[in-house]
Amino acid sequence: MTPRRAAIVAGIIVLIALPFAIGEDYYINIASQILLYAIFALGIDVLIGYAGLVSLGHAGLFGIAAYIIANVLAAGYGHTVAIVAALIGTLIATAGFAAVALRSAGITFIMITLALGEIIWGLAYRWISVTNGDNGISVTTRPMPFGLSLASPRGFYDATLIIFLLAMVAVAIFVHSPLGVALAGTRDQPRRMNALGYHVWMIRFLAFLFSGFLSAVSGILFVYYNEFISPQALALPASAAGVLMVIAGGAGTLLGPVVGSALVVIVQNVVSAYITRWNLMLGAIFVAIVIFMPEGLVPGVRRLVQATRRAAARRWPRAMASRLRSKP
Amino acid sequence: MSRKVSRRTLLAGTAVGAAAAMARFPAPAIAQAAPFKLGLLTVKTGPLAQGGIQMEQGVLTYLKEKNYTMGGRKVDFISADTGGNPAGAKTKAQELVERDKVDVILGPLAAFELYAINEYVQQQKMPTLSLAAADNLTQRTPNPYLLRASATSSQAMQPMGHYAATELKLKRVVCIVEDFAFGYEQMGGFQAAFQKDGGCVVNKLWPPIVTPDYTPYIAQISGCDGVCQGFAGSNPLRFMKQYASAGLKYPVVTGETGADDALLKSFGDEALGLVSACPYTLDNPIEPNQRFVSEIMKNYSVIPGFYAAGLYVNCQVVDAGLTKAGGDASDKEKFMAALKSVSLTDTPRGPIKFDHLNNVIGNIYIRRIGTEGAKYGLKLWNKTIHTYTNVSQFWTWPEKEFLAHPVYSRNYPPLTKC
Repeated sequence: MTPRRAAIVAGIIVLIALPFAIGEDYYINIASQILLYAIFALGIDVLIGYAGLVSLGHAGLFGIAAYIIANVLAAGYGHTVAIVAALIGTLIATAGFAAVALRSAGITFIMITLALGEIIWGLAYRWISVTNGDNGISVTTRPMPFGLSLASPRGFYDATLIIFLLAMVAVAIFVHSPLGVALAGTRDQPRRMNALGYHVWMIRFLAFLFSGFLSAVSGILFVYYNEFISPQALALPASAAGVLMVIAGGAGTLLGPVVGSALVVIVQNVVSAYITRWNLMLGAIFVAIVIFMPEGLVPGVRRLVQATRRAAARRWPRAMASRLRSKP
Repeated sequence: MSRKVSRRTLLAGTAVGAAAAMARFPAPAIAQAAPFKLGLLTVKTGPLAQGGIQMEQGVLTYLKEKNYTMGGRKVDFISADTGGNPAGAKTKAQELVERDKVDVILGPLAAFELYAINEYVQQQKMPTLSLAAADNLTQRTPNPYLLRASATSSQAMQPMGHYAATELKLKRVVCIVEDFAFGYEQMGGFQAAFQKDGGCVVNKLWPPIVTPDYTPYIAQISGCDGVCQGFAGSNPLRFMKQYASAGLKYPVVTGETGADDALLKSFGDEALGLVSACPYTLDNPIEPNQRFVSEIMKNYSVIPGFYAAGLYVNCQVVDAGLTKAGGDASDKEKFMAALKSVSLTDTPRGPIKFDHLNNVIGNIYIRRIGTEGAKYGLKLWNKTIHTYTNVSQFWTWPEKEFLAHPVYSRNYPPLTKC
């Protein structure tokens, strides 16, 4: 087993064991929130990190899924129907989103996604017959997949963890697939990729769909977690928070969005209990990250570790060499 | 203020207090030794923070005055910042209930926050004394664990409608308010009561909550002899300035947020003559109010408004309810029943009691902004010109008739030709 695999297995075991270690319901709920926002951030990372497209409208997609769940349930259908409808509905909306936004790139892309996100927010706010406006919609039950109740914090955490791991695997497969590699190509050299015969627009479109799908998954988890959806969840700050999670954690890495999500959720919900000016603190952390690790926390820490290793190797060449030799 | 420090000092204080209590009354001290845990959901960051901070100051003023005791028990106060969004409200409610194991929740501030935790507090049977004015939660879809000692959105606007029609003799009014539920419910109440007494609402304008400029909306104000605004937060300041600079002279009436006493120091001459209806008024001469105002000014040097007074009253209700329950809040149903049965005469807003849907019945004060009688270094002053006593959320309509119509909304009551 390579150290990388060992680390992955250890990470999964830690995540499974986490509720037993924490014990308290409140912190298990926080952990669920970290995972569900991590899925959201992963979706944004597909676009930022691998396609080089910064979207400021993803909370809109996230919200569409949540509102579809709330409405389908309110109409009397079951959870399966609601979830399938939310996934399909959000994919269709994402396709529309992408068709408009992908006519451009760079700054224009950012502004178009921002505008689209604001349109969806505005609809959520004003289309009162569907969204109940500012007052939002309550969702009173959580689904029971295979007879397992998600009503308890631990049940919900376990379900979120499974979905989160599936999402991680899906993103890992995606970015290493020929399509994912081609996507990275369109990020670095779109014109060259075009000249080589790749359909740049279609590659980006598919990546956008995948990203929207992940937003839908996290939106569904969000509405079941909070049992409530209102326009605030779709507003620009929510989209921006997702982008910040990705940038703080490290765009173009699998772990970065997860670390970013943990950072934001913990400061917002745990640290805020002790520090009134937690917003300021979050801002200061972001500034510090940009100054000291502009590539994000995960790549930044990796760089630091490698630098220390190299420095150590310079100081104790023999010890280091023997340690390197003992590696499989 | 950092909560960690305050909790630590509190814990130390509690320990000393408990030790003292045990020394004096060794027998019944066991149940009494555990502090009563008072949780507050408020907003300390973002655009709603000004009101949210006043809420906390209202609570702390009461606790200091009572030396951190309620119903004979030491109080452990835990304040949580929701950030002014529903998901934050839910998480913080969970923090208070599951981690801190509070006995009662005060707050939250905004209606959408209350809606976000509405199901949760019912599941947890957690007595919640909110300031949020989401009308239906004490009307058509009541929450048995919610107690509202402040007011519904329309509770003050209905008397305002009556006063505007009968005393101010306004005939045709244009309503202007932010485009959200609190605004709809305020204007619904105003319109229903105003038209009942022969007035006519000719138009209702809904600018978005964050709009840099009200001029396009002010330009639509015409064909009327009065204006009713229902702005909240710091928006009344901007609206009144732009209204005056547009040269409009129609008299303006408003509800509890549009001329909040906490805004008086920031208003200028443009606010002279603004008539408002509010469940609390700073100039109330009764002793409990004078005491409250001097305490909060001593502690925080702020002019209190409706938010601070509302939370102070909530604390009085909790204190009285806990005393009624014999200091025992462990049985939530009994505790809630005790809270509901509270009726007080010595609050800063005058006497209050609750109806069977857990909403407050109390005075509504009609005030006019002038310079006469201004105190506390203020230039402007809300002077009470009329008091409606024992106003319920149903105003003068029978409860059945009131509840038969839909909740006040953007489209209800509809605009009619009159």
